[in-house]
Amino acid sequence: MYKRIMVPVDLSHAENLKHSLDTAADISKIYQAPVTYVGVTASTPGPLGHNPAEYEKKLAGFAAGQAEAHGIETQAVTIVSHDPAVDLDDALIRAVHDTQSDLVVMATHIPNVVDHVWPSNGGKLATHTDASVFLVRG
Amino acid sequence: MSDTSGQGIPEPEGPANLIDTEYEVGQDNISMSVGPFGLDIHNPVFAISGLTIVAFVFVTLAFQDSLGPAFNDLRDWLTGTFDWFFLTAANIFVLLCLFLIVSPYGKVRIGGKDATPDYSYSGWFAMLFAAGMGIGLMFYGVSEPISHFSSSVADNAGTAESWAPLAGAPGNNAEARDLGMAATIFHWGLHPWAIYAIVALALALFAYNKGLPLTMRSVFYPIFGERVWGWTGHIIDILAVFATLFGLATSLGFGAEQANAGLNHIFGIPVSDVSKVVLIVAITGVALMSVVAGLDAGVKRLSEINMVLAALLLVFVLLVGPTVAIFTGFFHNLYEYARYLPELSNPFGRTDDNFRQGWTAFYWAWWISWSPFVGMFIARVSRGRSVREFLVCVLIIPSLVSVFWMTVFGGTAIDQLVNDGYQAVVDAPLELKLFAMLEALPLQQITSFIAIVLVIVFFVTSSDSGSLVIDTITAGGKVDAPVPQRVFWASFEGLVAIALLLGGGLGALQAMAVSTGFPFTIVLLLACFAILKGLHSEPR
Repeated sequence: MYKRIMVPVDLSHAENLKHSLDTAADISKIYQAPVTYVGVTASTPGPLGHNPAEYEKKLAGFAAGQAEAHGIETQAVTIVSHDPAVDLDDALIRAVHDTQSDLVVMATHIPNVVDHVWPSNGGKLATHTDASVFLVRG
Repeated sequence: MSDTSGQGIPEPEGPANLIDTEYEVGQDNISMSVGPFGLDIHNPVFAISGLTIVAFVFVTLAFQDSLGPAFNDLRDWLTGTFDWFFLTAANIFVLLCLFLIVSPYGKVRIGGKDATPDYSYSGWFAMLFAAGMGIGLMFYGVSEPISHFSSSVADNAGTAESWAPLAGAPGNNAEARDLGMAATIFHWGLHPWAIYAIVALALALFAYNKGLPLTMRSVFYPIFGERVWGWTGHIIDILAVFATLFGLATSLGFGAEQANAGLNHIFGIPVSDVSKVVLIVAITGVALMSVVAGLDAGVKRLSEINMVLAALLLVFVLLVGPTVAIFTGFFHNLYEYARYLPELSNPFGRTDDNFRQGWTAFYWAWWISWSPFVGMFIARVSRGRSVREFLVCVLIIPSLVSVFWMTVFGGTAIDQLVNDGYQAVVDAPLELKLFAMLEALPLQQITSFIAIVLVIVFFVTSSDSGSLVIDTITAGGKVDAPVPQRVFWASFEGLVAIALLLGGGLGALQAMAVSTGFPFTIVLLLACFAILKGLHSEPR
């Protein structure tokens, strides 16, 4: 049913992703669909690396860890953004198209008043791509 | 199984020479929620910066009768006593930049050997110009050449009372014109852009090549070592936030006054506190939309719109003004600038105290107080350029644009005064001199309207890029802090401007902001040393 699953990950808050990661892995096993973990970073130094190359290595290690832990096929894609705080949605939308994913599994927060001003990431992905979007409360 | 695929990522092998530090970007940050908003702020830079600024506003408003003159005296004392220091330092910045362009260090690439530019030339140039100088060129493009010309040609030029550059040229229109244009270009040419270039290069080098956080403190790692992550660095960053916010807020307040005067002049809109507050709210509102839209969709796009509008106005004045005289004047002014440059930049043994201290040292302090903001913004958008390319584009090309702009606007105004006897460009108040010049040209309603729009949008592009810079510094160098933080800083800046406008502390706090140019001059001199040390260890 699903050919490729995309999971956006914020490695600096990886501890909050357990439910969405487990959910993606379970679906991956059911449909034999590889999982692509997508991370968005800036070219400036950040907590996860001095440069995008270091970030990419960490994300690759993360994907390999998931592959080993769940016995699934994984891939890591790093997107470099000039302004990740704002460009995240557009970067993820591009990633859905580039990776040809047909299911996105992503962690999401409990809705609050801010969602009326800034649409949620998952909502924007659902309205701007053909992929199914599975939001996992965590 | 696992594989990776990057997009435009430099090769990890040997792209640069990272500084070996245990410090991790954002390790001193506090992540928390305030109501529905998430925050990721540096402890203690965010809190101390915000509270100090609020305290300064309150104290200035409460004691403005005594503090206003005190801040003005402080600024005048610094620019009067240490004029030689400002002039010497600015000369060092220019010479260092020129040396780096021709030295082997020019081959070093910002972001590592394999880095490719983040932005095209047009987008990059539009952003660095809109953030750093656009607004000033709008206001001083006519007034400063006229002012230097008038003081130079006056009979008292060369006396202690005169504000003329050097000895002036009493009664000699041609010589006074040359000197006036040279002095103006001196203040808007190589020196200010060298100030910005030094800060920007230092920040870009230590962030993109050395892997340190994109904040002012990182530049001082070669000098202070690990201590930059403690209070030494906190103070540097707080000072940078302080200078940036007060520089922006006071400029915004004065800009609203000037835009209001322009709107009154053209459309008869009354000059009042209400009009000014509406202008500040409108400018801040557009800046908010820009920062929320982000660097590419907001700041870059507005900067490009601004450059197109500015180019249109420039071409219009060029075509309907004295076209041939402007073209020949460009090369002539360049020659005069080069001819007078040694004398104008000489810090010692001069007698033109009013000009040297009141104009040049004041300008240098002003540019330097703005340099953390403009430099950091330029640094952020300059990854992938070689040092040589960076300096040519941040120093040489903007200086040439400044020469051209001043020739078109200032040269036309002087031409109107000398050849047509058009006194309005002299008699009009500072904020209306540009409009007075445009009035003597065809289609003045349209060009004046474009000029007003340009003034307002230049404020927006300063405000939005400044808010991004303050947000990054107060987030410990993180550029992906939650969006509400940048909304906070842009709004805060507008509120401070309104408070100072209504309470009457704009001049005092602008004097205070300019005074921060003194400590930052020392900071920049240290940055020169850090740049050389940093570049020396880079692969070329």
